[in-house]
Amino acid sequence: MIRAFRILAANPLSLIGFILVVLIVFAAVFAPWIAPYPTHNGAVVDFLNNNRPPSAQNWMGTDLVGRDIFSRILYAYQISLGLGLVVLAIAPPVGTIVGLLAGYMGGWVETILMRLVDVFLSIPPLVLAIAMMGVLEPTLTNAMLAVTVMWWPWYARLVYSIARSEREEGYVLAAEVIGASSFHIAFREILPNCLPAILTKMTLDMGFVIIIASSLSFLGLGVQPPTPDLGSMVAEGARYLPDSWWLTVFPGLAILLVVFGFNLLGDGLREILGVDE
Amino acid sequence: MSPVLRLLLRRLGISFVVLIGVSMLIFAIARIIPGDPARIALGPNATAEQVERIRAEMHLDEPIPVQYGFFLRDLARGDLGTSLYTNRPVTTDIAQFLPATLELVFLAGLIMVAVGLPLGILAARYRGRWPDHLVRVLSLLTVSAPSFVWAVILMLIFAYYLPFFPIAGRIKDIYEIERVTGFMTIDTALAGNWPAFWNAWHHLVLPAVALSLSGIGQAARLTRANMVETYEKPYIEMAQAYGFFPSRIARTYAFKPSIIPSLTIIGLDFAAMLGNAFLVEAVFAWPGLSRYGVAVILRKDLNAIMGTVLIIALTFLIVNIIVDLLIAFLNPRIRHSTRAAS
Repeated sequence: MIRAFRILAANPLSLIGFILVVLIVFAAVFAPWIAPYPTHNGAVVDFLNNNRPPSAQNWMGTDLVGRDIFSRILYAYQISLGLGLVVLAIAPPVGTIVGLLAGYMGGWVETILMRLVDVFLSIPPLVLAIAMMGVLEPTLTNAMLAVTVMWWPWYARLVYSIARSEREEGYVLAAEVIGASSFHIAFREILPNCLPAILTKMTLDMGFVIIIASSLSFLGLGVQPPTPDLGSMVAEGARYLPDSWWLTVFPGLAILLVVFGFNLLGDGLREILGVDE
Repeated sequence: MSPVLRLLLRRLGISFVVLIGVSMLIFAIARIIPGDPARIALGPNATAEQVERIRAEMHLDEPIPVQYGFFLRDLARGDLGTSLYTNRPVTTDIAQFLPATLELVFLAGLIMVAVGLPLGILAARYRGRWPDHLVRVLSLLTVSAPSFVWAVILMLIFAYYLPFFPIAGRIKDIYEIERVTGFMTIDTALAGNWPAFWNAWHHLVLPAVALSLSGIGQAARLTRANMVETYEKPYIEMAQAYGFFPSRIARTYAFKPSIIPSLTIIGLDFAAMLGNAFLVEAVFAWPGLSRYGVAVILRKDLNAIMGTVLIIALTFLIVNIIVDLLIAFLNPRIRHSTRAAS
């Protein structure tokens, strides 16, 4: 832990990523106390102050109905990070179990499971999520569902490729010789060797889940107004370019900032844990 | 049989199996929809007879496996059903909108390779020094924003503040171009209308760059990682001992074996671009598959949704087969092997 922190500190880019992530998570969790206009996360209307450029009162300007954009970005971070957490709480375990089974068992289990994974991976990620949202109602829960369904196969493939190469290693053969159960070998022997790769991928994926989720809401297929969401804020403001640039530029930069933070952190983590790309 | 041909047949076989799986998945997604698809498609004002007619047309009264059978049968005939949104065959609609999207994605893919690979080579050759760090930050930055954010930023800078490029669309309305291939850059050239040809390219550049940005970052990172690994191999050391120029070592000896793993990822990035094209097209009002896709999704037009996803998956599978063949041609171990490589 201390060693990890030292490596992190020695690598300025990863440290920047770490600080960015901590700051954004902190801002999102304490949004009701930090936001200058904590009520602006809902259907508030203040037409006297609508569509104002950035000023001392509204650091990032106000939107078309007069809500403070900075406050709304903080609340939108809550939605983005929450969605990312839910997806990453479900997709990696599911993918890991599938990947371990396919990689360690081999035979027809491997064939069926990995063909299934191939099927999911042969539809571009965003297109699969768009198709699912197309038939479901556009709500936060359904967006989580759609992103999770398209996400687990990536973990299955990652764990599968590691498990398959570990299957022939000495320690696995030794465990087989002393009569350990398949379950024990897959989860107690092979899984720990997959964890660094899984952990790195999860950090990097936090950013990518945020990208996909904001892309869905950008197309109007995700979280619905008045709930603040970075993607739908960009979509709404894009019609008023270039005059009301703050409507799009700040939410867009907000996405860039949080994803960049997770990418820098994940990149550093990769080095600390010694994971190949 | 040559090994490459055998590989092609094997890949075609696997792709066929995967495509059947994709059709099942898409069919399953279309049937998880709560409520009656016919009623949703027709809207609340439809009469009971209209709903009955559509139900019969879509075979909705049959059991699910039978419905899937009908779906497959139509698919084998190249029939994706009728769009309830445009009232035309889905295949006609897709044939109309797909070329615009492919034109965008192809150019973006070319930019990705033409910029991403050299950046990766540069970073690997000067690994640990400032060009390496610069490329690392740049590539992390480009993958850190969805392509619609890049599209908005590029549009704001290079179309509004510095009016170098047009803001939206595919070509100026004043040009009337006969549709041959559907690819505007090709059709204008075929018509010999050079002002229109340049206009089409002028419209294409900015959306394509926006779409390619995250791919550039990924391609550069991957090429760098693979090349750094190759640089540690003994034969590179030998080349260095012979006193070959570093540029020659980079281009000839280190790059070639490193490109092979990168190609697979470039194929995957191409797939991501087919999806991200939806976002870029929305920003630049590009008349591609996205406008159609979003319109049919909002109308819950199931035939059209299923058809669009199926065509995109098919495009992706074809690209992957091409990438695999390219790898087979580049890799002497596959090219000259007597047994088919897996």
